[in-house]
Amino acid sequence: MQELQSLTEQALALVENAGDLAALDQVRVDYLGKKGQITALLKSLGKLSAEERPAAGAKINEAKQQVQEAINARRTAMEKAAIEEKLAKETIDVTLPGRGEEQGSMHPITRTLRRIEEIFQRLGFSVEQGPEVEGDYYNFEALNIPAHHPARAMHDTFYIDPSTVLRTHTSSVQIRTMEKTNPPLRIICPGRVYRCDSDVTHSPMFHQVEGLVIDEGVSFAHLKGCIDQFLKAFFEADVPVRFRPSYFPFTEPSAEADIQCTNCGGEGCRVCSGTGWLEILGCGMVHPNVFASCDIDSEKYSGFAFGLGVERMAMLRYGVNDLRLFFDNDLRFLKQF
Amino acid sequence: MKFSNAWLREWVNPDLTAQQLADQITMAGLEVDAVEPVAGAFSGVVVGEIVACEQHPDADKLRVCKVKGHPEGEMQVVCGAPNARTGIKIPFALVGAKLPGDFKIKKAKLRGVESFGMLCAQTELELGDDSDGIWELPEDAVTGTDLREYLKLDDSTIEVDLTPNRSDCLGVAGIAREVGVLNRCEVTPPAIDPVAPAIDDSLQVSLLAEDACPRYVGRVIRNINIDAETPLWMQERLRRSGLRSIDPVVDVTNYVLLELGQPMHAFDLAKLSGGIKVRMAEQGEKLTLLDEQEVELKDDTLLIADEKGPLAIAGIMGGLDSSVTKSTRDIFLESAFFSPLAIAGKARSYGLHTDSSHRFERGVDYRLQEKAVERATQLLLDIVGGEPGPVHLREVTEAMPAERNITLRRQRVSGGLGIEMSDAEIVEIITRLGLEKIGEDSEGWTFLVPSFRFDISIESDLLEELARVYGYNRIPSVALKASLDIVPRAEAAVAQSRLEQTLLSRGYQEAITFSFIDSDASAKFDPEVEPVALQNPISAELSVMRTNLMAGLVKALQYNLNRQQDRLRLFETGLRFVPGKEGEALQQERMIAGLIYGARQPEGWTGSKDLVDFYDIKADVEAMLAHYEAEAEFTFAPAKHPALHPGQCAELLRNGKPVGVLGALHPELQKAYDLPKAAFLFELSLDGLGQAVIPAFTPLSKFPEVRRDLAVLADVDTPVGQLAESAVKAAGEFLTDFNIFDVYQGKGIDFNRKSVAMGLTFQHPSRTLNDEEINAAVQAVVSELEQKYNASLR
Repeated sequence: MQELQSLTEQALALVENAGDLAALDQVRVDYLGKKGQITALLKSLGKLSAEERPAAGAKINEAKQQVQEAINARRTAMEKAAIEEKLAKETIDVTLPGRGEEQGSMHPITRTLRRIEEIFQRLGFSVEQGPEVEGDYYNFEALNIPAHHPARAMHDTFYIDPSTVLRTHTSSVQIRTMEKTNPPLRIICPGRVYRCDSDVTHSPMFHQVEGLVIDEGVSFAHLKGCIDQFLKAFFEADVPVRFRPSYFPFTEPSAEADIQCTNCGGEGCRVCSGTGWLEILGCGMVHPNVFASCDIDSEKYSGFAFGLGVERMAMLRYGVNDLRLFFDNDLRFLKQF
Repeated sequence: MKFSNAWLREWVNPDLTAQQLADQITMAGLEVDAVEPVAGAFSGVVVGEIVACEQHPDADKLRVCKVKGHPEGEMQVVCGAPNARTGIKIPFALVGAKLPGDFKIKKAKLRGVESFGMLCAQTELELGDDSDGIWELPEDAVTGTDLREYLKLDDSTIEVDLTPNRSDCLGVAGIAREVGVLNRCEVTPPAIDPVAPAIDDSLQVSLLAEDACPRYVGRVIRNINIDAETPLWMQERLRRSGLRSIDPVVDVTNYVLLELGQPMHAFDLAKLSGGIKVRMAEQGEKLTLLDEQEVELKDDTLLIADEKGPLAIAGIMGGLDSSVTKSTRDIFLESAFFSPLAIAGKARSYGLHTDSSHRFERGVDYRLQEKAVERATQLLLDIVGGEPGPVHLREVTEAMPAERNITLRRQRVSGGLGIEMSDAEIVEIITRLGLEKIGEDSEGWTFLVPSFRFDISIESDLLEELARVYGYNRIPSVALKASLDIVPRAEAAVAQSRLEQTLLSRGYQEAITFSFIDSDASAKFDPEVEPVALQNPISAELSVMRTNLMAGLVKALQYNLNRQQDRLRLFETGLRFVPGKEGEALQQERMIAGLIYGARQPEGWTGSKDLVDFYDIKADVEAMLAHYEAEAEFTFAPAKHPALHPGQCAELLRNGKPVGVLGALHPELQKAYDLPKAAFLFELSLDGLGQAVIPAFTPLSKFPEVRRDLAVLADVDTPVGQLAESAVKAAGEFLTDFNIFDVYQGKGIDFNRKSVAMGLTFQHPSRTLNDEEINAAVQAVVSELEQKYNASLR
């Protein structure tokens, strides 16, 4: 049994020193294989007495198992090292930018429009569209602005011919919608509008969102509630809102809604011309003459309408300081949104 | 409307500062634009009197004056004004005075002569626009009085931006009425007593256009002294309202206009022949106006005329020939009511806008005329003297505006405004506004509308008045209530935002360009279409409505290239305006258009420098089409478009109907726009693209699929798209997938031919396909291609 002891030690030493998987396998073959040296000891068991045999056999098997375990452990270690080496070689610089197209973005005006649409759509408002080259009737007459009405002078209208204009407001869509749909109605009409005016604070083309609610029992208090909640939702702030009497031929009573200046918080600054307030939208209760031109019974139904300037909202929301930037389409501007 | 705070306070004087008053009326609907001091900031200026005036020994243009007014006695002042002379009273800035612009007056030496102070012109004190010389103050000004005190300069000007409905506030009287209502305080107008006639003279007035002018009041005043000076207090009130002093007669009529809101006109009686005729103009009649321009009159214009011809455009502007001049002795005063409809738009049609037309087109109180004439007479007699004739009124009662009664229902107040107001409060507010309660029943009240409120004609108008006076901000805010009906929602509708998101993720930025473009650009991009032109464009560059969105995108590209950008991907959505052919209506079509330019990939460490080409933009279009889930219905066909490269232009069709184009910008346009590289564009009709096809499930086959690859040679100009379409059709019902994996031209094949390699995948839903079936299908494809395209197996 002396021999078993030394063979086992030899084998373990060789396992320890094996440089690669092949050498390791050679140890297995040499000691544990069919013709291996430890295996060979089993054959000598026959020389022993029947009493000695089981104990000796167990010893040999124990040695075999010991060597086999050493080989297994060594193999696992070698394989792991090999994988680690391979992975190390595959290391890349993860701080380099990714490959592929950049993400583009929506124009800030559209972004603002969509935000307004989303807020109202949750209240069940539907989004309506209308033509931009519009008949005098829809842009003026049906909105209680007959020819030569002084209010026309406020509009700086672009004419195509004497009875066709570029719509000066999205209010024209009100009429088109009321003509084809019966109340109750909750709509908003976003879109481009045009006025013959161009300077630092006026663009000949700009955007409005018109809103219209018609139902039974709609009052001025509802108009106030709707506008107030909308403005707070849009600016995500508890902005003070005030309502001032104003005049639009298609609403009565009419109001102008102001929010407290978002720039100075009401202290008075350049943005609000020192007043602390910013004029943000015009609104009012739908004028009975407008109902009449759309065959809606103003004894049964009442409603309100509002129109807001999208550029103004976008400028306040995102801090844009020059109206003209919106239509230059400068990439450096567009990519900021 | 601009007025002096101090003037208003003579009428109504609530316990409010000017700013508080401005805020109050703003919140009642009279929006105040500005509250400003009436004079520049200065101090140390007194009423001075020149007691001696001699030529400066060394300067032709300077005079050496002895001036009284300083508390310590006479001062020597060197002055350059041509009107400096002994005896006149002038503003005298003492040594130590501060003039506007923080200019300090110090002792000085002018050409060797000492000067202690300065004599001032109006402009130097920001008290007027006369800079011709020193300001000559009235003789009765008390020498030594502080000028601010003398002129009552501690006042402010309030400028109200009135909405067109509030013509009743185009006078101090109207503003005062409004302030009285808001503060529930008394309004005290100046006493206007009728002036008894001193002579019998009057002028015959004929109202020949009675609907346009149903009421006309005239008065003759003889022997006036036109050389009299308008009193300083009146000049100052005019100035503080933004009007210049002209002569005493014009000043008085302007004063009455500002005070009461009644525009008036004074004619030189000597220049009138026969009576006054208020009539419509004859087409082509001529009149030289006060501003010295001669106008050719249109027959829709109301005139004041005499026997000889036109004297004035009624309610807009007087004529030059009959106007009051330095030689006038006798005048005829006009105070009329012209109907708003007769005046509206007329001033504009002559390129005019006057204080008078502004008021008449909005509505002047039709009961105010006699009062205004009496007021003007009273003021005139005080200034220029003279002998007044009787007030002569002509009125066509039937043509006068109808008196309006309005019924206000109690229930409408709470229902329409959402507030509960007591009956007493309702009636109080309405009557304070000048309406008269003429009836009452269980439902509500009836009110008579006063002659100065042209904007009140229906019940809603009264609701606005109530809300306005009550205060919009006191009305509660109440959330909307609505029934939660579920509305249909079409799954097949492809939201525009989905197409937009697709483009964004492919690197596009959204642009918004003007809907009107340069007519030259329009002619370049769409020469065959005559665009819709604006009658009054802002400029030639923005003069016609776009017939496509491409021109705007190319302009935006050029703009960015000029700013060192070299790679662009832009898209825009919006209407294009294509005129209908002969008698057809204008088409306003919603489009989505895009442009790509420069490198295929953003500049980066991995990227190639390859430039974009047709297949890049086509892939972008195809990515959008994927939302329609109707691959089989969309086809691309070679096409021509004037703005696109004739060899790199495709039309997109859905079920054979054109819905858009894409391609390379035409090289000539590329050159015209100075673009170094090719740009690629698409433009699709959003409505034309239509709706998506809702997916219909096909059971998954459990049997193996078989793929066969096939390469055929075809003529180089054979469109592969059509070839593929034919192949798919010929391959039969078990073809499940088809793709083109190679197109080759060049070495190894005839230069007239190209090789097209395609992969065909077959699968049967319920069994394994056998070789014969697949071979037959492939053979069918080969034969079809042979027959149709003269293609051969490679």
